[in-house]
Amino acid sequence: MAPGVRDTVSSTGSGASVSLAGLEKSYERVGAVNGVSLDIRSGEFLTLLGPSGSGKTTTLMMIAGFEQPTKGDIAIDGTSVVAMPPHKRNIGMVFQNYALFPHLTVAENIGFPLKQRGVAKAERAKLVGEALELVHLPGYGGRYPRQLSGGQQQRVALARAIVFKPRLLLMDEPLGALDKQLRENLQLEMRRLHADLGITFIYVTHDQEEALTMSDRIAVMNEGLVSQVGSPEDLYDRPCNRFVAGFIGESNFLPATVKGLEGDIVIAECQGAVIRATCPSRPSSGSTVTLTTRPERLRFADTLNGSAQSMNRMAVTVTEAVFAGERCRYMLKAADGTMIVLKEPSSAAIRRRTVGEHAEIAWSVADTILV
Amino acid sequence: MKSILPSSVVGLILIFLAFPIIVVAAVSFSSANYLTFPPPALSLKWYRVYFGAENWLNPTWLSLWVAAAVVVLSTLLGTLAALGIARLPRPLRILVSGLILSPLIVPVIVVAIGVYYAFSRYGLVGKPIALVLAHTSLAVPFVVTSVTATLAGIDPRLEQAALSLGATPRGTFFQITLPLIQPGVIVGALFAFITSFDELIVSLFLSGQGAVTLPRRMWEDLRYAIDPTIAAVSTLTIVLTAVLLGAAHWLRKRSEQNRTLVTSSAP
Repeated sequence: MAPGVRDTVSSTGSGASVSLAGLEKSYERVGAVNGVSLDIRSGEFLTLLGPSGSGKTTTLMMIAGFEQPTKGDIAIDGTSVVAMPPHKRNIGMVFQNYALFPHLTVAENIGFPLKQRGVAKAERAKLVGEALELVHLPGYGGRYPRQLSGGQQQRVALARAIVFKPRLLLMDEPLGALDKQLRENLQLEMRRLHADLGITFIYVTHDQEEALTMSDRIAVMNEGLVSQVGSPEDLYDRPCNRFVAGFIGESNFLPATVKGLEGDIVIAECQGAVIRATCPSRPSSGSTVTLTTRPERLRFADTLNGSAQSMNRMAVTVTEAVFAGERCRYMLKAADGTMIVLKEPSSAAIRRRTVGEHAEIAWSVADTILV
Repeated sequence: MKSILPSSVVGLILIFLAFPIIVVAAVSFSSANYLTFPPPALSLKWYRVYFGAENWLNPTWLSLWVAAAVVVLSTLLGTLAALGIARLPRPLRILVSGLILSPLIVPVIVVAIGVYYAFSRYGLVGKPIALVLAHTSLAVPFVVTSVTATLAGIDPRLEQAALSLGATPRGTFFQITLPLIQPGVIVGALFAFITSFDELIVSLFLSGQGAVTLPRRMWEDLRYAIDPTIAAVSTLTIVLTAVLLGAAHWLRKRSEQNRTLVTSSAP
C-alpha cells in the first residue's frame, strides 16, 4: 500500500482498539489531564497533537501504564487495563530519546522483548533478523547503539517495539531529536510500517505538520482536554474552535457579528462587509463571533475571473509585501485596523502589490469558518 | 594548551607525594636492624620475618576477612540504598542521603566512642563481628556515593522501556539496571575494602584482645618495638591497594570497551 492511503486500515483486524473514558490525572506540575474521552479504532493511526504541557504525553504514559490515572478508565479491546502493570499490557512503545539499552547489541536490544516471553534462541535470531529487514538495517545486529546514527537508533527502537507483534504501538515524539530531512523520511517509513503491520498506532507530537502528514485522525489537546478530534482535512478545513484554528496551520481571526441564518450558511457582518460562512454551531442573531480563514485561501479579487457567487469580499490596504520564492506574503489592514495575512502563489503573470495600495480580497464561503 | 604550573613544579609535587612511599619501600628491603634511610644493604629478611610470624599473619588474615565481609555487606546495603534514594521525592531524598552519609562527616573518633559504648553493652567488643558492623557503617557512604553518581548518568526511561517490552520489575533490575550501575558498584566495593582494611581508630576501640587487625598490630608495633618489619608490612599493604585500584580500573575499561567494540559481522 502506498504511503498516504488512509481509508484501508479499518479493514485489517489485528490492531487493538483503545477506549479512554473520562481520563484524569491531577498534577502539581504541568501536564495534567482533565477528562479525556477518546475512542481509538482498531488499526488506526491516531495522533495526540498539542503544545507542551497539554497533557498529551501524560495521556500516553497512562495508556502505557507508567502513570496511574486519578480518575477514569482505559480499556484495550474492551477490557480495562487500569489495574494492570505496564509489563503485562503487551504494548509496544517508542521513546523520544530511543531508550536503547547501551550495554546490549542491536540484536540483543531487539531480542529483549522476545527473551522476556521465553522465545527460544534460534527463533529469536530469526525474528530479530526479520525485524532488522523491516527497518532497513540488515546486518547491524552485532553493533552497539552508540555506534549508530540517531536515525538508525530510532529504527532499532522501532524494530524492538514491534518485534513481539504487539497490537498497539505507542510513540512519544519519536522523531523530535532528528533533523528535518531524516524526519520526513522516517515519517513515510512509519506510515508504510503502519500500513504493513495493520496494528494501532498512537503517536504523540507537538509538530502539526507531522501530525497532518501521518495520521488517520488527530486529537488536538489543550490544557488537559481534547479540543477536537478528526481527520487532518477536518481539522484544517473545519476547525471547531479558535485554539485548533490557530494551532494547526496559520489562520486569520476577525471579529464579526451574526446577522442571520440561510440554511447551513451563517450571514455575518465583518469590517463593514457582509460575509457568508459555515459554522459548527448555530449562533443566534446578534451574537459576536470570530471569523477565521486560511491565508493561502485568500486572493486579490481582481485576479479572479468573473464574479463567483460563493465568494466573500472585503476592502483592505496593503501594509507589507514580501516575496518568498514560491509565494508572496502580504500583510493587509482591514477597515478597523485588524491585520490579515494573504499568501498568493507567485507567478510572473500576477501583478505584485505595493505598500499603501487599496485592494479588494475575495475568498470562498467554504473556507470561511465562524468559531 | 598552556599549563598553569611549569612541569618542573608538577614533578616536585609528585615526588613530594610519592616520597613517603619510596622511603618505606626502600627501608623494607634494608638489611639493618633498625629504621634507617638509605638502607646500608639490601635484604628480604624483614619480609621473611613477616611471613614467619603468627602475630603478624593472624592480624593480616583477620583484616582481610573483616574487609571481605564489609565489602559484601556494604556493597549490598549501599547499592540498595542508592537505588531507593533515587526514587524518593526530593526533600526526603536530601534528608535520607544526609543521614546515610553522616559517618563521613562525623569525626571517626566520635563514631568509635559511640559504637564502643553501644557494642560493649552487648559484649561485642573484641569480636570480629563488631568490626564488620562498624566498618560497614563507615563504608556504606562510599558505595552510596559512587552508585548514586553512576545512577545519575542513566536514563530513567531505560527501565520504562524494559517494562514496556514485557520484562518484570525483577527482570528489569537484573538485566538492565544492575549491568548499567555495575562500574559504580565495583568502585564502591573497592573503596569499602580499603576503608575497612586501613581503618585504625574504630579498631583501637573494638579490637580488644580477641580481634586484632593489621592496622592495630602495626600501631602497637610502632609504640613498643620499631624494626623494619613494619616497613615490609606497609609496602605489602601499598602493593595490595595499588593492585586493587588497577584491577578496578581495568574492569571498567573492559566493560566500556565491550560496549564500543565493532564486531566483524557488521558491514
